[in-house]
Amino acid sequence: MKIKKKWFALFTVPLISVFFAVVILPFISGVMYSFVKWDGLPKNAKQFVGFANYLKVFTDSRFLASLLRTSLFTIIAMLVINVLALAFALLVTSRLRARNLSRAMLFMPYLIGGLLLGYIWQFILGDGMKAIGALTGREDLFFYWLSDSRFAFIGMIVVTTWQMAGYIMIIYIAGLQTISDDVLEAARIDGAGFWNLLFRVKLPLLMPSITISLFLTLSNCFKIYDVNLSLTGGGPANATEMVTMNIFAEIFSKSNYGYGQAKAIVFFVIVAAITMLQVKLTSNKEVEA
Amino acid sequence: MKKAGRLLANLLLVAFSCIWLAPIYIIFVNSFKNRAELYANILSFPSTFTGEYYAQAMQKMNFAEAFKNSFIVTVFSVVIIVVLSAMTAWMLVRSHTRLSRFLYRFLIVTMLIPFQTVMMPLMQEMNSITKATGIQMKDSLGGLVFMYIGFGAGMGVFLFHGFIKSAVPISLEEAATIDGCNTWQVFWKVVFPLLKPTAITVAILDVIWIWNDYLLPSLTLTSNAHKTIPVMASLFFGTYTIQWNMAMAALMLTVIPVVVFYFAAQKYIIKGVAAGAVKG
Repeated sequence: MKIKKKWFALFTVPLISVFFAVVILPFISGVMYSFVKWDGLPKNAKQFVGFANYLKVFTDSRFLASLLRTSLFTIIAMLVINVLALAFALLVTSRLRARNLSRAMLFMPYLIGGLLLGYIWQFILGDGMKAIGALTGREDLFFYWLSDSRFAFIGMIVVTTWQMAGYIMIIYIAGLQTISDDVLEAARIDGAGFWNLLFRVKLPLLMPSITISLFLTLSNCFKIYDVNLSLTGGGPANATEMVTMNIFAEIFSKSNYGYGQAKAIVFFVIVAAITMLQVKLTSNKEVEA
Repeated sequence: MKKAGRLLANLLLVAFSCIWLAPIYIIFVNSFKNRAELYANILSFPSTFTGEYYAQAMQKMNFAEAFKNSFIVTVFSVVIIVVLSAMTAWMLVRSHTRLSRFLYRFLIVTMLIPFQTVMMPLMQEMNSITKATGIQMKDSLGGLVFMYIGFGAGMGVFLFHGFIKSAVPISLEEAATIDGCNTWQVFWKVVFPLLKPTAITVAILDVIWIWNDYLLPSLTLTSNAHKTIPVMASLFFGTYTIQWNMAMAALMLTVIPVVVFYFAAQKYIIKGVAAGAVKG
């Protein structure tokens, strides 16, 4: 079918031009901003500083600490979410009658946005924990979690898991449903028990779902902002500040527009690099059924 | 014996799911309690159901207006994203040119760009547009919709592209052309009705994203009359966190629309999320 240029333009130009205006142009000018020193006020001149902003990024101990913290958070949350999601998926694809109800309930937190989830859990992990401590007498474990730097970090993982596990579960369910009963039946006849079936048959066949899930949790956790803002606000004493929050504060609170933008570009390069690497690594492990 | 075991397994599964949603239960019961009752036992059922804190929260959060703003932004953004990305994706699949291949790859690759990387320059650009044309881009719902269209383009085109390539037969379109339809008519009369499953998937994913999105509207919407629910909620929590009962009523108010949407469209949501993720 031959398509005339006029039609091609009519169909594609509206979306593509908005896309360029909103994503591509800001990205290009963002790279340019990263080479200047500017406080964000239109009346003040932007001063070209070359790579000085980038050099500063790699000596900024608070930024590097937030990057390290975000990486640690991402690795732990990724593991916890995926293991839990897979367990949920195995449970709700069993023949139990309650499976549909359970699936619906486990998925629900994903629909509530990260910001509101953070506020909900701010109460649970604060006054809620304290109340449980008073009720059970275990005040060493149940106390105001958010004022302790280690427990606030754990709180971030708990809330992110609560949000994402049901979502990732849906992906694993879709994956489990594509495994044919014949394959499972054959394995059972050969004498495979539950664990053998899981590790030798189901997991290898689930590799495509695992790739997608790892990719989604990795990029979502690394870019986390809303939960961080509403649950801990980066506190106590910046102990839970993630990299996105550091970038936001550098630009909009400290008004270092050029320097903050250099951080934002570094952030982009890291996100792009790890997601591509991750997809490459896990897609090699996929097997054909 | 086997029957009893199965019943027990069912009960355990339901019990676990209930515990999973306990935070929402805690927010619900405490949104009715006064301060003393709240701290006496946060897990107990309220002694009376009073709408008092809901009324306060609604007023302090400007809830009716915030709901209206969220609704307008979400509906307009989602409809426009679905229509424009279906049109674009169809053209990119059907025209086998170097440009169409390039545009498709470009849209996909740039989905990797985190919002934080473009937020500041985007705000500067919106200021310049307003200065040059007089069109209000920041602090306007229209401007916000414009930005959502740009950010939603990549995923929309990606999902439609995959579906059209694998499931929409070109022979139907050729037949319609022979019958005298022009390209516009072919798309709307023949192709678009076939895209319904993907349109639902894209719409569901975009509704979840845009309804809950905080950072972009918090950067662009400055006057309270234009703010969406998440932005109003953050403002509210910055001011009233000490008054937990009112805060919980506010949380319930923001969660209720999501729950209603979920129950109304549960089947589509779970299917849509699975389809969207598997292709992503």
